Amino acid sequence: MTTPALRLDTLSKTFPLGRSLFGPERPGVRAVHPITLDVMPGETLGIVGESGCGKSTLARMLVGLIPPTTGTIEIEGAALDNADPAVFGKRIQYVFQDPISSLNPRKTIRQIMEAPLKLLHGMDRAARTTRIAEIFETVSLRADFLDRYPHEFSGGQAQRIGIARALAAEARILILDEPVSALDVSVQAQVLNLLADLKARLGLTYLFISHDLAVVEAVSDRIAVLYFGSVVELGRAEDVFRTPRHPYTKLLADSAPVVGRPLRAPEGAETELPDPLNPPEGCAFRARCPRATDLCRKLVPTLAPADAGHSVACHNPLGG
Amino acid sequence: MTRYILRRLLSAIPVLFGISVIVFAIMALIPGDPALAILGSFATPENVARLNADLGLDKPLIQQYFIWLGNMLQGDFGRSFNLNRPVLDEVLDRFNATLVLAGTSFVLCAFLGIVAGVVSAANQYGWADKGITFVVLLGISIPSFFLGMMMILTFAVNLRWLPASGMWPIYGERDLWALLRHLTLPALALSVVATGVIARLARSAMLEVLRQDFIRTARAKGVHERGVIWRHALRAAMVSIIPILGIQAGFVLSGAVYIEVVFQWPGIGRMLVDAILRRDILLVQGGVIFVAACYVLFNIVVDVAQSLLDPRIKT
Amino acid sequence: MRSLALLARNRLALGGLIVMGLVVFLALLTPALPLKPPNITDTSNRFLPPFSQGAILGTDHLGRDLLSRLMWGTRLSLAVGFAAALIAATIGAAIGIVAGYYGGRTDNVIMRGVDMLMAFPYILLALAIVAALGPGLINALVAVAAVNIPFFARNIRGITVGIAHKEFVDAARLSGMSDARIILTEILPNVIPVIVIAMSTTVGWMILETAGLSFLGLGSQPPVADLGSMLGEARAALITNPHTSIVPGLMILVIVMAINLLGDGIRDALDPRLKSGALNRPLPATLVAPSRQPAAQHADAILTLDNLQTQFHVKDRVYRAVGGVSLSVKPGECLGIIGESGSGKSVTALSVMGLVASPPGIITGGSVHYQGEDLVGAPYRRLRTLRGREVAYIFQDPQATLHPLYRVGDQLIEAITAHRPLSRDEGRRKAIDLLDAVRIPNASARVNDYPHEMSGGMRQRVGIAMALANDPEVIIADEPTTALDVTVQAQILSLLDDLRRERGLAIVFITHDFGVVGQLCDRVAVMYAGRIVEQGPTRAILDAPRHPYTARLMACVPELGGGKRRLDAIPGLPPAVDDLPPGCAFAPRCDRATETCRTGEIPLDKVGDRALRCLHPVTMTEAVS
Repeated sequence: MTTPALRLDTLSKTFPLGRSLFGPERPGVRAVHPITLDVMPGETLGIVGESGCGKSTLARMLVGLIPPTTGTIEIEGAALDNADPAVFGKRIQYVFQDPISSLNPRKTIRQIMEAPLKLLHGMDRAARTTRIAEIFETVSLRADFLDRYPHEFSGGQAQRIGIARALAAEARILILDEPVSALDVSVQAQVLNLLADLKARLGLTYLFISHDLAVVEAVSDRIAVLYFGSVVELGRAEDVFRTPRHPYTKLLADSAPVVGRPLRAPEGAETELPDPLNPPEGCAFRARCPRATDLCRKLVPTLAPADAGHSVACHNPLGG
Repeated sequence: MTRYILRRLLSAIPVLFGISVIVFAIMALIPGDPALAILGSFATPENVARLNADLGLDKPLIQQYFIWLGNMLQGDFGRSFNLNRPVLDEVLDRFNATLVLAGTSFVLCAFLGIVAGVVSAANQYGWADKGITFVVLLGISIPSFFLGMMMILTFAVNLRWLPASGMWPIYGERDLWALLRHLTLPALALSVVATGVIARLARSAMLEVLRQDFIRTARAKGVHERGVIWRHALRAAMVSIIPILGIQAGFVLSGAVYIEVVFQWPGIGRMLVDAILRRDILLVQGGVIFVAACYVLFNIVVDVAQSLLDPRIKT
Repeated sequence: MRSLALLARNRLALGGLIVMGLVVFLALLTPALPLKPPNITDTSNRFLPPFSQGAILGTDHLGRDLLSRLMWGTRLSLAVGFAAALIAATIGAAIGIVAGYYGGRTDNVIMRGVDMLMAFPYILLALAIVAALGPGLINALVAVAAVNIPFFARNIRGITVGIAHKEFVDAARLSGMSDARIILTEILPNVIPVIVIAMSTTVGWMILETAGLSFLGLGSQPPVADLGSMLGEARAALITNPHTSIVPGLMILVIVMAINLLGDGIRDALDPRLKSGALNRPLPATLVAPSRQPAAQHADAILTLDNLQTQFHVKDRVYRAVGGVSLSVKPGECLGIIGESGSGKSVTALSVMGLVASPPGIITGGSVHYQGEDLVGAPYRRLRTLRGREVAYIFQDPQATLHPLYRVGDQLIEAITAHRPLSRDEGRRKAIDLLDAVRIPNASARVNDYPHEMSGGMRQRVGIAMALANDPEVIIADEPTTALDVTVQAQILSLLDDLRRERGLAIVFITHDFGVVGQLCDRVAVMYAGRIVEQGPTRAILDAPRHPYTARLMACVPELGGGKRRLDAIPGLPPAVDDLPPGCAFAPRCDRATETCRTGEIPLDKVGDRALRCLHPVTMTEAVS
């Protein structure tokens, strides 16, 4: 039994609303409901969900940028501890959604690249120069980019630089938070291929977050579908969208525009997402669900194995 | 809405409390015997002793503060030894005059400033914009006291159109006409700076808004340009202009100090300057607290106006 | 460096800089100049008028030389004003950065204190401080600096909060940086321009304020005088000897005005938005170059674009966003325009009704014919009556495209009243009908909602309802579902499809998504670098793309159901439209390109119902396989 690269145990996040001056204490917004999940070394776990499903909150907890409300995170068998940034940064890194705003506009690319080498690995100048050249070679960036400023780069180039910075930390786990959603499709494919190459070459573990079902499917070994802060389905990439078990996953798959499929609204009614300030009881999806029963109203379904390597959180799962 | 107003009023209490602490703390900075400082160097020992007892100046600072605060809450701001009358009476009398002057100027500068800013933005880089920008620059660069003096020289002394000073004629009717004649020059002089500031900010707020997508939507609907500017853009720009109006009200009140001195206007600003020069500390203290409290209340009005304008503010 | 160059180009700011430089230079030089001592009284020579023998500016009420006093006073006023600004900026910025960066309780406590100080009308606090410390120039300086600290603190805090939440700060933290290092190397460099701007725009104000306190007799004390106290002392003789007032008064005016001009120049030079021209006010309709060559109208379509060219002129650069686009759409037809960002698809769409922001946009060539009438160059009045009534738009981000402060019902009604009068009741009824038409549940209640009270999907339905308000002939939809979630997108697309069938609308649909085009559009035009590279019936193109760009673009989009795989990426980047290569813009990224592709114009060749701009197209057999 290998140690998981990343282990989340009942991890959740509730954002306090702040107490109003006279009213009662408000309960806060639950962005992520308790999630228990393992990511194995060398695996790519895709996390897919629509806006507001809590996927970015989850990602930011994993790299210690926000503290979880409950639960624990283990990285390669050791509990997450970001007390010492110089140690933590070597274990897990993050690639941001907006490549331009993740680079300080007032620093050259060299300065940006040097920070992790100097602070995490204590390299001297000569060692840093060699290492940066190495990394730039790996992500196919030209060395003459180093003395330029971020605004001189296109989104795709900036995202390569962001990936290069994450690699500089030499962490084995990368959290990729919508790394290609700000990019055009022709550039998106370049970056996705680069990520795949890096993973194969350096033996990395990815947590790949995206709202784009096709992209997630194309890069992931396993996929977790997030709805309203909870994992509703988890399974092998090739299974999840081909034979969805959760009605929400099916809705997602049916909604994706596909050439040749006739246009029709997969949902009849004009449903709206549940309100996080006023969460529904029972299953969060039941108001939109064609299969909802009384049980769904009362009891929140939990993630349970449906068949080999495929779990679903639904009282009335599809097919199988 | 009532709830919101109530809540804002309640939240003003800590602010007012803080103001009183700040004023008290500043006055505690006065070096030497405070009673002597308050009464001035010609004070008799009896007076000093009486004041020390009145104010409890022999007690620890915290205790002194609460005695002072307690008195104030009962309407007792102390007595001005120079004027030999209760501070509150004097402050209230003077505040009326200031309110007339500053209120008129504020209305004037809010109106002129916004209109100038909108016209300027709507004709960016055109002649109207250049002209307004220049006048505005002149307005924010000229010291209001100098402007006031020049206005006296021109309109009162040379042209003899309007009276040079005071709020009322020394002889004759104290009617609205007389007040307006006396008010015109100081109100104009006072509003110039704030008009300039408001016009500049209104211009940039408008330019910011005019680039927004919803302006393009309005145009795509076929809304007439007049409507785009005055209905769509100005309304959205007001969200950032209204807080500026609140701040500018403070600047108008501040500028009133100079203008009152230059035009001999019997307002609270002139009273404060005289009081400082005569070391009439209690009068300064009372005047500052009173005006600051009024300003806090005014800012609540601004907040309420803002919440009426912007439905996104939770009331 | 670039900022300095920008500053120098701004003539007003340059004027301010020169005047200021001169004043500062003279002030520094004052002790070395052969001036009379400023504080020696000479009552026999009091109130000498200007240009008197030995006193070029005259003398004051004590017979002191005004020129000398002016120079010494200027020196003092400048020193005090700058010192106050520097102190206020340093302390205020430090407070603001700490509060903004740490947030939470630290922020709360600090900002409450700042709010307290700001609850005083500016001068009251200064007066109180002077009252406590006693009149004097240093005390006035302290007072002016102190009352300005809250302004800086609040301003800088706001900026810092914005920067502290930027992703590069998170990235720095993950690079192993400590808080102190982040503040110094990540936050501060980004805040400094704002501090400089705030300082340069408030220095003038501080000089005015210290002069004001001196004017009131609370600042510099006799016999030493700064400009304010000179003016204060001269006031008594205002009527008899106005020159004693005018001299220092004008000096203050000149100094403050020069500083303000310079400050505005610095602000403009440092504000990145001004560099890009983003603070320009867009005109009601896009400018049309006088040199435009209109195109003759042909085709039976309702809307025809002929060789349309739209450019952006920013500084000395010309961005050819749309480089000669010809398109047409028939009633009841849906035409898709597909392309990546920067391909010119949106600008093409906005050019139709003159909605391209201008400046910097300008239509430089071609025509847009709507039912035979050329809209390019049509007077604004005419354009306005057609906007929304004949050709309506649906825009991308429904959050930003609806006015945030008006109820959606009122915005719908306005779309109608812009073209014909409507009573209140009738308007409301019509608005509810429209919301019903776009299948908004409970329309009669939601008509009173503000946009922020609706979800993204509902807001986009309102956007569609607004476009339908006047039963237009053509709807131009500019990426209407890009900002929406996939489940919502599916609903909106099916709604649009139904509406066009019910109402016989012509739709121009702009998107970057092949799936959407494939589901909705009858015909599609593929754009690259401002031009159409391929056009034809959707099915035909999606089944057998002939242009290498179309083919490869389709190949690099993953399709759902394909499982884990490697994508066929297109190497390189799209060209910048201010620096287009000669010949085919795609040639540098194309593996079929030859030398001839890189020279000369490549025409859009029509073959049957398809058109293609390529010398080496993908053959039919290659394409289908």
